[in-house]
Amino acid sequence: MTFFSIDNLAIAFGGLQALQDIRFDVQAGEVFAIIGPNGAGKTTLFNCINGIYRPDAGNIRFDGRNIQGLRPDQVARLGIARTFQNIELFANMTTMENIMLGRHVFMRTGLFRGAAMWGPRSFAGREERDHRRQVEKIIDLLRLQAVRGKLVGALPYGTQKMVELARALALEPKLLLLDEPCAGMTAEEKQDMIFWIKDIQNDLGITILLIEHDMRMVMDISDRILAINFGQPITIGTADEVRRHPEVLKAYLGEEDHRESAA
Amino acid sequence: MDMKRDYYEDVQLFTSGVVVFWMAIMLAALAIFPFLATSYYIYMANFLAINVIVVIGLNILVGYAGQVSLGHAGFFAIGAYGTVILMTEVHLPFLVALPLAGLIAAGFGFLLGLPSLRLEGPYLAIATLGFGLTITQIIGRIELFGGRQGLHTPELFIGPWHLESDRDFYFLLIPLTILLALTARNLIKTKVGRALIAIRDAEIAAETLGVNLMGYKTLAFAISAFYAGVGGGLYAFVLRFIEPEIFTLLMSIMFLAMVVVGGLGSIMGSITGACLLSWLDLQLRNILSIPYLGKWLEALSQEWFSITGVSNIQLIVFGAILVLIMLFEPLGIFGFWIRAKKYWKTWPF
Repeated sequence: MTFFSIDNLAIAFGGLQALQDIRFDVQAGEVFAIIGPNGAGKTTLFNCINGIYRPDAGNIRFDGRNIQGLRPDQVARLGIARTFQNIELFANMTTMENIMLGRHVFMRTGLFRGAAMWGPRSFAGREERDHRRQVEKIIDLLRLQAVRGKLVGALPYGTQKMVELARALALEPKLLLLDEPCAGMTAEEKQDMIFWIKDIQNDLGITILLIEHDMRMVMDISDRILAINFGQPITIGTADEVRRHPEVLKAYLGEEDHRESAA
Repeated sequence: MDMKRDYYEDVQLFTSGVVVFWMAIMLAALAIFPFLATSYYIYMANFLAINVIVVIGLNILVGYAGQVSLGHAGFFAIGAYGTVILMTEVHLPFLVALPLAGLIAAGFGFLLGLPSLRLEGPYLAIATLGFGLTITQIIGRIELFGGRQGLHTPELFIGPWHLESDRDFYFLLIPLTILLALTARNLIKTKVGRALIAIRDAEIAAETLGVNLMGYKTLAFAISAFYAGVGGGLYAFVLRFIEPEIFTLLMSIMFLAMVVVGGLGSIMGSITGACLLSWLDLQLRNILSIPYLGKWLEALSQEWFSITGVSNIQLIVFGAILVLIMLFEPLGIFGFWIRAKKYWKTWPF
């Protein structure tokens, strides 16, 4: 039984076939990258996994069960977290509160117990403290201490991306979807991010599904790569195999061009 | 220094001794007030407190959850009629009838929340507007609810305590208002409140973190309607008589104006916004008795706006004040407060 697999996935928006014949599987503990030119359907694929879009056909299996047709919040409860290409943080909350949202599925405080938070010993008070302690661990891990009490809307772009990653990690996911984690980052920030992703894979044992445009990074950290173009798969393989694949070169560099590197 | 030693300090009510001090002063002032003020001012305080309750509830929906409602007069009416009917027809005591009427309003809030999953912004505003208008029409047609003639409220007893005067009612209303304000504040600081703010700021991200959109959006409507319903139930006993004509569209808009003037997403803002606007609303009725200015405004009004010159000048001044507040402080009174705090922190720089 594979950890995560997609079989025969297809989705169309009106007349546009956004995804077709997508099939791949991901082993537990792997970093699996999805590459392709702009508009190839990479983010659409993530949205299908999350349950934001409902695919027209196909199966998505995760941890032994079919997750296709589930709502996004149900998918999250199963242990799939994600970050977004265009940062989707809660701009009017602090870093701490943003990451606390990642603890949402673990918290048991409801309407009534929340309303009755009279003092630190009340149920809600104790739970707030426990989960803030958990969040602090993630803040320590990703070195976000300096911004823990700041509103995220005012943070630099690279830091916002880190907060988003922290928020996803707070969900204690088994599978983490990263949608262009390095987009718009400085070279230095990219290096850091690569470092974190490797850490997340090795130390936390989280399986990662990654969309990225930076070829050097993709080649560096991914175990296997799926290349798609116009919503259709081109090839799956290791970094070297994908880099040499003629269709991939064509998709990225155009028909006549046969330069060596796809970077 | 605001060094924190415990994570509970992030969410605790009294963040410093200064806050405790001012809260104590406020409570003392509220306790002494009814012994010093005339009956009219106590009536006014009751009126303000009820608006505070409704506006806090509406702010949970509009300010925190990012939805909109132009139908809160409808929930207000359901609470008012619900409380009175439950007392006169079902013979429930007031302290049971009031929360029960609030729950009935919350049920309607839940139903009205359902379309909010598909509707946004102006579309949702129109849907809620329709609700607010329909409710009063329906109530006005039902015999049990007194139809167009309206209903008188029964005598109010809580156990052996007979609440006869506005002052008696004040002693019931103010603690209730404080309780509801603190409850709302607790709610906002914990899981439910965070989920609501998350939905407002980034709906899709909230969903992918496990927030059930349908559950929380309808919950926001239900909580908000509960507050409005309880406010309505209390309002019936301030007026001692209710009729459908009280619960107008203008009332819904006034509630919304109080939320926005006070500051979206702030409990303290709701309290000040509700107090300021309801106070203005009451005080501007006497605007013509102000020396010189009143005469001048009356002349102005007769010259340009209406022949009688009395009916509309208060609304014009009220509107002008709203425009000025929004122009100079778009974040409402709460925004002004934040700026003032910042100014003093960095003073003299």
